[in-house]
Amino acid sequence: MKSLGSIRRSFAPWADPASKPFISVKNVTKKFGDFTAVDDLSLNIYTREFFALLGASGCGKSTLLRMLAGFEQPTSGEIILDGQSLAGIPPYRRPVNMMFQSYALFPHMTVETNIAFGLKQDGMPKADIAERVGQMLKLVKLEKFAKRKPHQLSGGQRQRVALARSLAKRPKVLLLDEPLGALDKKLREETQFELMDLQQELGLTFVVVTHDQEEAMTMADRIAVMSHGKVAQVATPAEIYEAPNSRFVADFIGDVNIFDGTVAAAESGYLSIETGNGFPVRMASPEKLAIGAKAAVAIRPEKIRVSRQPPAHAPVNAVEGEIWDVGYLGDMTVFHVRLKDGRVVKASSLNAVRAVEDPFGYDQQVWISFGEDAGVVLKD
Amino acid sequence: MERVASALFSRLVIIIPYAWLLFFFLIPFFIVFRISLSQTAVAMPPYRPVFDLFGGLSGIMEKAREFSLDNYVWLTEDVLYFNAYVSSVIIAGISTILTLMIAYPIAYGMAKAPKSIRPTLLMLVILPFWTSFLIRVYAWIAILKPEGLLNQFLMSINVIDQPLIILNTNWAIYIGIVYSYLPFMVLPIYSSLEKMDHTLTEAALDLGCTPFSAFWRVTFPLSLAGVVAGCLLVFIPAVGEFVIPDLLGGSETLMIGKTLWNEFNANRDWPVSSAVATILLLILVIPIVFFQNAQAKADGEGR
Repeated sequence: MKSLGSIRRSFAPWADPASKPFISVKNVTKKFGDFTAVDDLSLNIYTREFFALLGASGCGKSTLLRMLAGFEQPTSGEIILDGQSLAGIPPYRRPVNMMFQSYALFPHMTVETNIAFGLKQDGMPKADIAERVGQMLKLVKLEKFAKRKPHQLSGGQRQRVALARSLAKRPKVLLLDEPLGALDKKLREETQFELMDLQQELGLTFVVVTHDQEEAMTMADRIAVMSHGKVAQVATPAEIYEAPNSRFVADFIGDVNIFDGTVAAAESGYLSIETGNGFPVRMASPEKLAIGAKAAVAIRPEKIRVSRQPPAHAPVNAVEGEIWDVGYLGDMTVFHVRLKDGRVVKASSLNAVRAVEDPFGYDQQVWISFGEDAGVVLKD
Repeated sequence: MERVASALFSRLVIIIPYAWLLFFFLIPFFIVFRISLSQTAVAMPPYRPVFDLFGGLSGIMEKAREFSLDNYVWLTEDVLYFNAYVSSVIIAGISTILTLMIAYPIAYGMAKAPKSIRPTLLMLVILPFWTSFLIRVYAWIAILKPEGLLNQFLMSINVIDQPLIILNTNWAIYIGIVYSYLPFMVLPIYSSLEKMDHTLTEAALDLGCTPFSAFWRVTFPLSLAGVVAGCLLVFIPAVGEFVIPDLLGGSETLMIGKTLWNEFNANRDWPVSSAVATILLLILVIPIVFFQNAQAKADGEGR
């Protein structure tokens, strides 16, 4: 298989104003009684994109997916697929297929007949069905299991059958509802990469719903972080992680330290923020905030250094504290450093060498520090 | 000590169903089978030979020589029995199909109803059992007879001008059996539909099935276990049904239950009626055994 690197790097149709979205969700609202599951939501998904809807349970991501599949109708707003409105089109007439969280394999059919189900329904000639099923079985490496029933398969194999079945009709868009949720961690990580390769190879548009941020970060071209039926941010995984647009997104994705304060000074491209108790922070920021405005600085733990001596730029972007907790995770070590005013700052460092000569221990006095581009300034 | 007791207990638990089958099925069946090999006699009990436990082994062997298959031969000689068996199976078969056609939509509706009202619906299905079976069958006489409620109603709305003759025909038997056995069909179908994963239907729709074809390709095949159980629960007792054909059917209706009753009570011919009962059991058991074998084979496929 060809390397994905070059394709991936240049793939950014969302940044190109000339490219037309393949799926357009326009001001869609879905209400169940009094409960608003999806609230005036708009987003665009492009051809061949691997798009992830990420959020906690109840944020509306599954409802949005079910509206794309046709199992739910929007209360208001509309969804356009390939230039056509999907309003009123039932699931069996949509050029999309879905892979269900529970896999929903037909228990009375073999692997083969499960995969052939949709093709048979479309009246495809028998010989063509056999050929397509053969291709699909090969694609998901289940040739030997064609005659088995779903209950005779392992969880991972069932997941592959579900995938093969949903791909058999060559849909324009594949919807995946928590596709890896039922697999154990190791298998999940392997399958993530397999799914990415598959999506590239087939050139399909994937929309995946997940609550697992790692899964979304690994697989997706872009992620829509959802909360309470609205999209909080749509961006590439790197942008979401390094430049969250709100406190919610910063907090939802990964670990973060948030320092609240007020803007003390602003100069070209930099903001100085007083976070209290003599801990001034100077941070690069495109935001133009007025002096005295409330702001917060969000910094990821791995961007914070822990040292015994104060850095040269102290006291700006540096503060003294005491090691409160140490968590050794193998690949890295997490420190909880307690500042004098009681705030606890998370810092992590990569264990690049096997044995550190003089590791930090509990109750030690240390300095934490970070660079001027280590975090982002969030408006309150 | 405790482990020994619990092992003993778990064995005891296994023994109970087998003991039940032994005492209430195998032994009674053996007695019936033994009577079917005997001859009628004007005596008490009305058949020969009667074993005397004090006659010793040689006495028992002596008497056992009197056993014969004459009664079975007799059943093949009089065409009445054959006709009674065939017509029972046909009537029971038609009734079972009618029951299935009425029960399936009921069970489907119940399984699709909101969870909160399902117990109420179940209750309503079971409710008729709270009235005596006999009274309910008698009530049908009042409904179906020429001057009964049904005819009065149909004539009052001018659908018919002559009363329909339903009572004492096979139609009355079908109505009686369908009505009486409906819950036995509804409940197993409901239980198989109710535990079905509704995402399977969604998956079928997603793969291009209309709601109608999704039903026939997914929902119905998956409810087959319930359908088969329901059909057996209706068909088996319906074949041997006596009360419904006796009260609702006509004098020319031939059913094996009625024949058996006549042999036993009117003719006082216990050996022949035992032979009738034994053959009836074989007619019912053999197809079921075959069916279950086929089922087990189908399940084992692809392993």
